[in-house]
Amino acid sequence: MAKLTFREEYCKGCGLCVNACPKDLLRLSNTRLNRKGHPPVEIAEPEKCIGCASCAIMCPDCVIRVEK
Amino acid sequence: MAVVMDKPHALLDVARHYCPGCTHGIVHRLVAEAIDALGIEGRTIGVAPVGCSVLAYDYFACDMIEAAHGRAPAVATGVKRSLPENIVFSYQGDGDLASIGLCETVSTACRGENITVIFINNAIYGMTGGQMAPTSLVGQVTQTSPYGRNPETQGYPIRISELLATLDAPQYIERVAVNNVKNVRAAKKAIEKAFRNQVEGKGFSFIEVLSSCPTNWGMTPQKALEWIDEAMIPQYPLGVFRDKEAGK
Amino acid sequence: MQEKVLMKGNEAIAEAAILAGCRHYFGYPITPQTEVAAYMSKKMPKIGGTFLQAESEIAAINMVYGVASTGKRVMTSSSSPGIALKAEGISYLAGADLPALILNVQRGGPGLGGIQPSQADYYFATRGPGHGDFHVLVLAPASVQEMADLTAKAFALAEKYRMPAMLLADGTMGQMMEPVALPDPVDLNGEAPEWATTGTKMQRKHNIANSLYLSPAELERTNIERFERYAKIEEEEPMWEEFMMEDADICIVSCGITARVSRNAIVEARKQGIKVGMIRPITLWPFPKKPLAAAAEKVKSFLCVELNMGQMKEDVELAIRCKKPVDLCFRVGGMIPSPDEVLAAIKNAAEKEA
Repeated sequence: MAKLTFREEYCKGCGLCVNACPKDLLRLSNTRLNRKGHPPVEIAEPEKCIGCASCAIMCPDCVIRVEK
Repeated sequence: MAVVMDKPHALLDVARHYCPGCTHGIVHRLVAEAIDALGIEGRTIGVAPVGCSVLAYDYFACDMIEAAHGRAPAVATGVKRSLPENIVFSYQGDGDLASIGLCETVSTACRGENITVIFINNAIYGMTGGQMAPTSLVGQVTQTSPYGRNPETQGYPIRISELLATLDAPQYIERVAVNNVKNVRAAKKAIEKAFRNQVEGKGFSFIEVLSSCPTNWGMTPQKALEWIDEAMIPQYPLGVFRDKEAGK
Repeated sequence: MQEKVLMKGNEAIAEAAILAGCRHYFGYPITPQTEVAAYMSKKMPKIGGTFLQAESEIAAINMVYGVASTGKRVMTSSSSPGIALKAEGISYLAGADLPALILNVQRGGPGLGGIQPSQADYYFATRGPGHGDFHVLVLAPASVQEMADLTAKAFALAEKYRMPAMLLADGTMGQMMEPVALPDPVDLNGEAPEWATTGTKMQRKHNIANSLYLSPAELERTNIERFERYAKIEEEEPMWEEFMMEDADICIVSCGITARVSRNAIVEARKQGIKVGMIRPITLWPFPKKPLAAAAEKVKSFLCVELNMGQMKEDVELAIRCKKPVDLCFRVGGMIPSPDEVLAAIKNAAEKEA
């Protein structure tokens, strides 16, 4: 059981977390933009997250909080 | 549930100006995580000179000093001599540390000042918009090497870690990269060690971080990380160049 | 005051700085001020202070910047070409509102120039030695005693107004030996000022030493605020000495070694019936405009005696708003006018006004 929380306003939509996820669970939103105009990161199937924190490790902007 | 990872305390809760995918943000976090892990935020003083990271004073929670281009090691020397019990680090880019400030870099290392130097090598001048750096690769196209860096007229890239490892004084010199999860984990260890050395009074510790500049390299953030593997690491091999603790 | 001892000017400054509580010195060898570094290298290790021979003048001033950020008394010393190299760091000190002491024992220029005494850095010092819109406090000693006294004064002023101070001596002042009564040691209370970067101790928001303002409005505001401080300094801090000015027809304006030569020439001129006196600026910035403006109401003319091509003459003309003629007596390149040369200039001025 793991949980990701996104500090969405800090996301710059760079996608490094998307590529880092070993389960391929992350994507950049194609329906929303944050206040800075970036498509923020989203998790598709949260229940599948293993809490490995690879996404947070590669995030340059401390967007992702990982709990397990 | 326990928190596995979150913004470190030593980084302030503010938006940073770096371009999307710029790995300065990762290195900032690693520095802050080291400060948190060692419990030294209250006595740490950071020095950030001119370059993309000049605004680091707005991002770190510890006391911060903005320095002139290339002069951070001299400023850090002054701070450390004034407050030997405090923890002093400089955070410098390649133009700053390896070109205009090379004299300060070498001399500070030579004196073995008990400080921690974080050197961001992304092979380009970022803040001014992508000019050739002392660490730009042979053939690398930049704004001031539009036909690719030509060693006959523009010289060869400089390997700072290897150069500093010729000196007697430094305690610890390691080159790391932040282009994938495994490398970031290794970089985290190295940076924490570079700070711990200072806490333990061991002397000059220097971490060169191969970092990306997607904007000025003209690449997507992910492609830029791959370019570190393909082009930079062959020129700048990762590894420990000095570790007195390990007899190296 | 301690008992009088015979000391070289450069050594008197070094000892006076230590007595004033300065425990950090960074320098680079250059004639004619190397005695300061030599003195500090002997003394500092014995009193738990820092002497560091920096890799360059640029590194030295940036080490000064580092210590200044922590709120402690710190100094560097050099001579003209070396001070030029420090210009960047001095500008950063001014921009970050940090106090520090810079000693410039001037030699002839431009370029490598020579190693003999000069006052050719007058413009450089008084117009803000570096890029941007700023000033440093500039004090010009005219004796070994003043070298010592003004060192303590410069530290105090620099801290009061949070800005760099420069002791602008000429080579003669650094090299000559005179009896000097050193000041009593100052006991600094050791508490860092609230702006200093000494570590948050997790008890306050972080302090930042910085001169970067990307917002033009904010940068404009900091410049204006700094100049409001400068206006107060110009009002309250000018220092000068008057000599035989009560009935003077001619007012000599001179500082440093040339003021001493002029003093002898004035005594001789008085014997010959010429009413001449002197206003000797001790602070060159702030320049003592008021006494000069007041003198302009009484005297017939001014005579600047300088070791440059007339740099201070401009400040005199500005101070008196060109109300009276200002003559110039100068030697440059390391040459120093003799009392007879100054006397001849006085006579020449007297004839013109007759």
